[in-house]
Amino acid sequence: MISILNYGMGNLASIKNMLKKVGVSAEIIENAKEVDEAQALIIPGVGKFDNAMQSIKIMGLHDALNKAALERKIPILGICLGMQLMTRSSEEGKLSGLGWIEADCRLIKVNRKNFKIPHMGWNTIEIQKVNPYFDGNFTEHRFYFVHSYSAHCDSSADILTTTQYAGEFVSAFSSGNLVGVQFHPEKSHKFGASFFRCFAEEHKLFH
Amino acid sequence: MIHKRVIPCLLLRQGGLVKTRKFSEPQYIGDPVNAIRIFNDKEVDELMVLDITASKEGNAPDFGLIEEFAGECFMPLTYGGGICEVAQARQLFASGVEKICLQTAILDDLSLVSRLSDQFGSQSILISVDLKKNRFGKHQLYSASRGKTLFKDWRSFIQQAVLAGAGEIVLNAVDRDGMMEGMDLELIEKAAASVSVPIIAMGGAGSMSDIKAAVDAGASAVAAGAFFVFHGPHRAVLITYPRYEQIKEVLGS
Repeated sequence: MISILNYGMGNLASIKNMLKKVGVSAEIIENAKEVDEAQALIIPGVGKFDNAMQSIKIMGLHDALNKAALERKIPILGICLGMQLMTRSSEEGKLSGLGWIEADCRLIKVNRKNFKIPHMGWNTIEIQKVNPYFDGNFTEHRFYFVHSYSAHCDSSADILTTTQYAGEFVSAFSSGNLVGVQFHPEKSHKFGASFFRCFAEEHKLFH
Repeated sequence: MIHKRVIPCLLLRQGGLVKTRKFSEPQYIGDPVNAIRIFNDKEVDELMVLDITASKEGNAPDFGLIEEFAGECFMPLTYGGGICEVAQARQLFASGVEKICLQTAILDDLSLVSRLSDQFGSQSILISVDLKKNRFGKHQLYSASRGKTLFKDWRSFIQQAVLAGAGEIVLNAVDRDGMMEGMDLELIEKAAASVSVPIIAMGGAGSMSDIKAAVDAGASAVAAGAFFVFHGPHRAVLITYPRYEQIKEVLGS
């Protein structure tokens, strides 16, 4: 069982659909007690950084999330804005992030014409460290992206994948029980399905 | 590397799929859920579904049907047709739609664009403009739901829409619709030069080289209907979509 956090900022139905397709049972949760009981968590996110952090605070989820990430150390997957919230800060907002990953988010810099912001569409990833999340049977992993900011990690050891767009950015990071992906696996066909399957297998969530 | 998006656009009319020519002669294509399932299997970049009669007849979106579509889409789904309130948008997003497309409700007043983009982010709010050439060859804004051209400058209209928070512009050349004889490259160039957000060009694609020409003219994405649902000179219904390798080869990165 995997719990999808509803804090008013995400495409919950799409994530639930994809997990169902993959065969992982999922529930949508929205309060601190449910976060305390979760055995694995997805933090989705579509929207603005400060709105999201504010929403987490107003809903009284902040302490429960910190406990889940840092004390109970359950598997947590942050998607898109959910990934960015796991860092210390973002240029998009003034509020502090959750700060679980030593990283900050900055606006993507585009110097050349033809590169628009947001980075929107399908792009490939380059795997930067050995990990269980990307099936080696694919010659190429493609994912759907929509974002204007990206994470910059202090330590290259946290970088899971990178992607090229007017330069290189961190398209996924991981540290222990925490994984963040800038792309939308729930909207990335077989590549996204495979990612969720691998995530669920690694953390024994298939039941 | 990223390639430009190639997007099948399906037209919904009273719950069935149709394809038009120059916005008329709607030809029945088939059951939408079935078609969407096929497009999903073909791993399309994105999918767009536009209900072409909702606004005209004053109907709200068919939420049940759209939720069913979203359940079949493991790629981003855009829905347009009959959206005129924030609450409707919220319901669409909650049912698994990624982006919504506005036209009729914003032709006279762009405040809905602002309210929606403030709440859901620009990336999920598209506006579409239909452009028709007058007899002097000048492009004019056309409203299909009202069945008439509007006398306002289309370029300043899309610029205002972007200022109001529109994240992408769907640029539809009415005279090219369903003809599969090439896209209006001059129109695409003008639009791309007018705004900084992505232009999704539509109307006239009949081959991958038409799509390539639109991209070269400045489109960030190309949407097409007839090209993906018809096969052969007699417009037999057959759903196709180019293979990823083919798109990559033609559009490069």
